[in-house]
Amino acid sequence: MINKVISGADEAIKDINDGATLMVGGFGLCGIPENCIAALVKKGTKELTCISNNAGVDDFGIGLMLQTRQVKKMIASYVGENAEFERQLLSGELEVELIPQGTLATRCLAAGYGMPAIFTPAGVGTEVAEGKEIRNFNGKDYLMEYAFEADFALVKAWKGDTAGNLIFRSTSRNFNPVMAMAGKVTIAEVEELVEAGELDPDQIHTPGVYVHRIFEGKNYEKRIEQRTVRTK
Amino acid sequence: MLDKNGIAKRIAKEIKDGYYVNLGIGIPTLVANYIPDGINIELQSENGLLGMGPFPFEGEEDADLINAGKQTITTLPGSSIFDSAMSFGMIRAQKIDLTILGAMEVSENGDIANWKIPGKMVKGMGGAMDLVASAKNIIVAMQHINKAGESKLLPKCTLPLTGVRCIKKIVTELAVLDVLPEGGFKLLERAPGVSVDFIKKATAGRLIVEGDVPEMVID
Repeated sequence: MINKVISGADEAIKDINDGATLMVGGFGLCGIPENCIAALVKKGTKELTCISNNAGVDDFGIGLMLQTRQVKKMIASYVGENAEFERQLLSGELEVELIPQGTLATRCLAAGYGMPAIFTPAGVGTEVAEGKEIRNFNGKDYLMEYAFEADFALVKAWKGDTAGNLIFRSTSRNFNPVMAMAGKVTIAEVEELVEAGELDPDQIHTPGVYVHRIFEGKNYEKRIEQRTVRTK
Repeated sequence: MLDKNGIAKRIAKEIKDGYYVNLGIGIPTLVANYIPDGINIELQSENGLLGMGPFPFEGEEDADLINAGKQTITTLPGSSIFDSAMSFGMIRAQKIDLTILGAMEVSENGDIANWKIPGKMVKGMGGAMDLVASAKNIIVAMQHINKAGESKLLPKCTLPLTGVRCIKKIVTELAVLDVLPEGGFKLLERAPGVSVDFIKKATAGRLIVEGDVPEMVID
């Protein structure tokens, strides 16, 4: 059995250097790698390119790295709910590439499946298509979009084992499994780390082969962005 | 004239038994409150859930269980959860029967703009471009006229497009309209108390009126 366990977030990110391209899992603040983000803020790594569906909020998630100006470029599908992000974008301090959410997910998938590109109809006829190759299949136009290349993928899972196998919980799964497959080096932080053999192989979402480093995270805040309830 | 809930109620009548439906943020979300009795559907939330249930009871919120609007929600018997790539896989492969979303502008040839106002608003397209490019049946829920008093049903969109030639039906506070394949907004129904003339004035694109246009029936 191959052991992927490391001591914690600081060790996990110690070789993430200035200028690296990172994938960061999560949807909104749901399922984000809180420990790795905190460690990167502490380390002060700069000039980062972040591929993530969203950019967090002003004081949480990737928003924390925006406050400290550690992000040079953001590749995302939706960046609302973040005033600092909008300010840096409109002032030109931050480079931003907005891409369709399905394109984002599938470019990760392609990387993890060893496919150089995908064809998607999303964005045909819009500014997203500018400069991209269009192919017609069965009478419909599709854009060619390349698989992502990311130096590191930072993902968050519910449970993981020492061999790097991951299980996600509920909708905090989102982008995490596809980003886990896509990183040249994938770092998984989990709420509960168990010995290999304790997870049912049939229930594994991400096989350990895709995960290079794993550790049990601490002090998860798991902040809720929109608390909506009904009364009994 | 309808309020937002009225628009949602009218759209709910378009939903058929057995549909898988994706609801966008805003008025579309309200549609879930008006699904007629006896109609069984599953709502898709593109962050990775089929079978979205209502908001949780107070104290039962789960940070790991949200919808695409980042609101806390619940699952239902029969729900399933998957990753973002599969979520858009089922959208692209047309497994989702109906998409309901909002818009800033729709053109008379079915183009839609709903993600960007250059120099002002840059929130991003989220999943909207994927949905409009692939869905076989899309209904737009929106106000007929914007806050500046200008029509949102135009000969040609002025804002950056989300998708081209994809919108087939629009429900507004004033009317139900089809976007015809050859172009033009065909007036199907008027909101209670709203005249055809009023709708004509509120529609900048080509409006096609044939015969008597009935009033919407909303219970």
